[in-house]
Amino acid sequence: MGRRTLARGAASIVGAGCTEFSRRAGRTELQLACESISAALDDADLAAADVDGIVSYTVDPVEETELVRSVGFEEVNFSARIPYGGGGSVGVLQHAAAAVASGAAEVVVAYRAIRARSGASRFGSAKTAPSPTSGHSGTTAMQWCMPFGVLTPASWMALNSVRYMHEFGVESADFGRAVVQLREYAATNPAAWGFQNPITLDEHQESRWIVEPCIHLLDCCQETDGSVALVITGSQRAADLPHTPVRIGTASTAGLFEQEIASDHYRPDLSVMDGTMALGRRLFEDAGFSRDDIDVALIYDAFSPILLMQLEGLGFCGFGEAKDFIADGSLALDGSLPTNTNGGLIGEGYIHGLNLVLEAVRQLRGTAVNQVADARTAVISASRTGAILTLD
Amino acid sequence: MAADAPTRPSPTVTDDSAVFWDAAAEGRLVAQRCAGCGRLRHPPRPMCPACSSLEVEIAELSGQGTLYSYAILHHPQHPAFEYPVIAALVDLEEGIRLLSCLTDVSKDDVRIGMPVHAHFVPTADGPLIPVFRPTEDS
Ligand SMILES: [Zn+2]
Repeated sequence: MGRRTLARGAASIVGAGCTEFSRRAGRTELQLACESISAALDDADLAAADVDGIVSYTVDPVEETELVRSVGFEEVNFSARIPYGGGGSVGVLQHAAAAVASGAAEVVVAYRAIRARSGASRFGSAKTAPSPTSGHSGTTAMQWCMPFGVLTPASWMALNSVRYMHEFGVESADFGRAVVQLREYAATNPAAWGFQNPITLDEHQESRWIVEPCIHLLDCCQETDGSVALVITGSQRAADLPHTPVRIGTASTAGLFEQEIASDHYRPDLSVMDGTMALGRRLFEDAGFSRDDIDVALIYDAFSPILLMQLEGLGFCGFGEAKDFIADGSLALDGSLPTNTNGGLIGEGYIHGLNLVLEAVRQLRGTAVNQVADARTAVISASRTGAILTLD
Repeated sequence: MAADAPTRPSPTVTDDSAVFWDAAAEGRLVAQRCAGCGRLRHPPRPMCPACSSLEVEIAELSGQGTLYSYAILHHPQHPAFEYPVIAALVDLEEGIRLLSCLTDVSKDDVRIGMPVHAHFVPTADGPLIPVFRPTEDS
């Protein structure tokens, strides 16, 4: 009671754009960002000169100055970068909406450009050059994990996942059932890495171990090249633009004492994502939304275990019950909570989470490939940052 | 199985973290103890989050703990390590948690809650780091 939240619905997403998602973009992150931003502005029927705010991730490689001189922004009066890596991905909406609501900016572009597949450093490669900092990605793992051979995000998160399995009797096949659903969605999404390539639970179980006993190869997101951009402005101005405005009903960041991203090893109980519990409280109880209002969910699935743990942390099912929730078909289009309908980061590709925001926009516009009938309200969770988008 | 590959990379030591790594280099397991309120803390940091004191003492730790969680790492493989690496979170008896790895145990014998204790192995540039093995008399 009494916690402050973002002004409800003050800002709206009025434009969305992306490049193709591929294994080798063949062009720089700067160019990818230019292309997605240009597409998003066209989509919003706005010009580069209308933009006065830009927001991205701390780990994004694109230099603001190069972006401004490439896209042709005339005067940028607000810029921000969100820490926490992919965990911060939905934070771009919080900052953009706060900027618009406060008057710091009128039209904000949020973007992420990444060559996670063909670029110099893949997240999943075995890196031992231990930098004491992490590009402000929210992890101290570079220093505290690498001397011990714990080198990748999968290995950092696996320590939490194994405790989760131990505490609640969850098995690898429970993660596999989620992946089968994601790959079913991806199979009908032409933009997806997994287009026309669904999998069976047996194929999941037979894929090689990345980290035993929790992460098979098919539990991992697909490192991807590409870019996504969104245009955010005040809801009043949004009403004059071509698309039905997708209102940012609320957007929040929840960060707890000792919480880290990926290498989140120092909270007392690692069998639950208590940062996501705090996020759920911010999005629902504090902002006055009901879980029953949610028509579609987009949940950051770098690895499948954190999809289950976030479903529980957000309060869509009880602790340890996500496996049954999923086995009951809840994540499917005709289920109680259609989730990651683009195939997620596992099935569609890994634009570091921003493609999940793009999919939420498409669902509420009614233009998704796997469309939820009459979708009016979506929740997006990247474990530490999240938002509720709504037409209402 | 020779568990202690001598080529594992040496830790990156910063002014904030040196208290841990410098002691480890000599085969000692330590943590910061707040001189103001007595709390132990890890990872090291310059200020006590409980009482804001900047004064710290060095607490020698027993190296005894229990396995809080583990992960058996198969892929990707780096030449500095022997696979599978068994990553470990160890809750030390003094009440703090360390990330490390297990040696001298088959992956099939690893159990959450098993008693473990620290020993030290060399890294590429020489400094020792603490790793853990099952406590025999458990
Ligand atoms: Zn203190």
